[in-house]
Amino acid sequence: MKRFVFSIVSVVLVSMLAACASEKPKEIVAAPIVEAPVAAQPAVVETAPIAAPAAVVDQLNDPASILAKRSVYYPFDVFAVQDADKPLVQAHAKYLSEHSERNVRLEGNADERGSNEYNLALGQRRADGVKKMMILAGAKGSQIKTASYGEEKPKAAGHNEASWAQNRRTDIVY
Amino acid sequence: MLSRVYKGMLGILFLSQASVASAEMSIEIIGAGEYQTPVAIAPFGGDVKLAQSIKDVLVSDLLRSGLFRMIDPEGSSQRAPAEVIYPDWQARGAEALVIGTVAAKVNGRIEAQFQLLDVVKQVKLSDQTVSADEGQARAIGHRMADLIYEKLTGDKGVFNTRIAYVNRIGQKFNLVVADSDGYNEQIMLSQNSPIMSPAWSPDGSHLAYVSFETGHAVVYAQSLFTGQRKVLADFSGSNSAPAWSPDGKQLAIVMTRDGGSQIYLVRPDGSGIRRIGISDAIDTEPNFSPDGQYLLFTSDRGGSAQIYRMPAKGGLVQRMTFGEGNNYSPRYSPDGKSFVFTHYKSGKFFIAMQDFMTEQMEILTEGGWEKKPSFAPNGKLILFASEARGRGILATVSRDGRVKQRIFSQSGDAREPMWGP
Repeated sequence: MKRFVFSIVSVVLVSMLAACASEKPKEIVAAPIVEAPVAAQPAVVETAPIAAPAAVVDQLNDPASILAKRSVYYPFDVFAVQDADKPLVQAHAKYLSEHSERNVRLEGNADERGSNEYNLALGQRRADGVKKMMILAGAKGSQIKTASYGEEKPKAAGHNEASWAQNRRTDIVY
Repeated sequence: MLSRVYKGMLGILFLSQASVASAEMSIEIIGAGEYQTPVAIAPFGGDVKLAQSIKDVLVSDLLRSGLFRMIDPEGSSQRAPAEVIYPDWQARGAEALVIGTVAAKVNGRIEAQFQLLDVVKQVKLSDQTVSADEGQARAIGHRMADLIYEKLTGDKGVFNTRIAYVNRIGQKFNLVVADSDGYNEQIMLSQNSPIMSPAWSPDGSHLAYVSFETGHAVVYAQSLFTGQRKVLADFSGSNSAPAWSPDGKQLAIVMTRDGGSQIYLVRPDGSGIRRIGISDAIDTEPNFSPDGQYLLFTSDRGGSAQIYRMPAKGGLVQRMTFGEGNNYSPRYSPDGKSFVFTHYKSGKFFIAMQDFMTEQMEILTEGGWEKKPSFAPNGKLILFASEARGRGILATVSRDGRVKQRIFSQSGDAREPMWGP
């Protein structure tokens, strides 16, 4: 009997949970898409030339380095790199200029305000803006590819500024 | 152990609820036309089940237009014009009467023969036969609705047309083609990468769209008959916003290969790419005028996103929208006299329309998360993406803003709709 009651309770609970979940498809969507560029970055193995000194540590793998930051953020409908993020972009550019064997992909994103196509264009302009700044700071154009996801791959799914602020972003992906 | 059972049960329940949701589709109608013609549709003769399913489609099509109300045909068994007792229908308040017979033929076709009668003048308005393959009962209902709608309103019906949209379910993106009422969904493409901006070829044989399956935005064109597709533009950066010319001989697309998002023309086989606009701003979402002479597009060249127009051959650019707020996604009306677009102001998106002559913007919806409008081929209805109950849905509004409908299908988010031929 106890077991019977328990199973009813759990079925009800589970069904409530399922109902809750199915009413909020957006939140379900968000979870798997969340990108954690810093944490998820696989430990990059240097194909160290034999001649190089063995003790050289790749800065890219140092969590304390500015290079551990891989996202640039923007105000609404703005594509220029903000002053606060310029040192970050310049540090990555410097790293690229010192590691000509390295390539990056810059992925521009936009919040959901605007049309999907306009936001695709805005995300592309954000990524291209970071590329331009990196080239000015010494990286080679051939090391950098750009793409945009517009509003199609939001990191945060809410219809609010907290979510939008996270989605107006260029990711630097090695 | 408990948690494993729990998870298993959650999975099963979740699946069963999802499938129930996908099997159900509902349409809500809000508002009504200024005058609603009272129409009676008598039960059709012939195969009872078939007759009922065709009548259901016909009735719901006419009701969705907001221009008709249904008169109860209770007790009527009149099937032929000679049997019709007009005073009986006049007493019920009907102005028009539909009678008919449906039959499943030996050759596998379904056939519906029907008459539309003017109850007031006591004359036959039309006598038609519509047929379709077995299993296409809905198409027969839509065709009948089109013919009746046209006779009674003077405008072409759009019930037998199709729409395309993107349905997002979790991480999955489906490119869907469906009847204009959302039924009869067919998935043209299903993948885990975003799909955007479906665009119909003028003859309805192809869809062009943007897919991210290779990691960046690439424009494809796909045949609806064979399912085969080809790449229209795959250059570095983003390739997007396809729009067919009215003669189907070229498309306007947007590419970033030479810098910012700019408008180019390309032939449907991907050849002959040439740039037609030159700016250092974002130029996107081109849309051809019905005569093929002009393009409307979205640009932020004035500091914020607004609608502009230029000759399709390139040339002088003219700003079309002014005032507070941003404007996106312009689409010409089929008569070329006005355009619809997405208006963004004070945190809300609206569907708006503007006449080329008066240059007055008219807001057609209450506002919320309403985006990406496109006209029905008859110019009377506008399809757009909306949001309700936490989901992306399809919605329509009549050109005068009086009648709205919301289409709840499936379990995912409907996005990027486009009304086809």
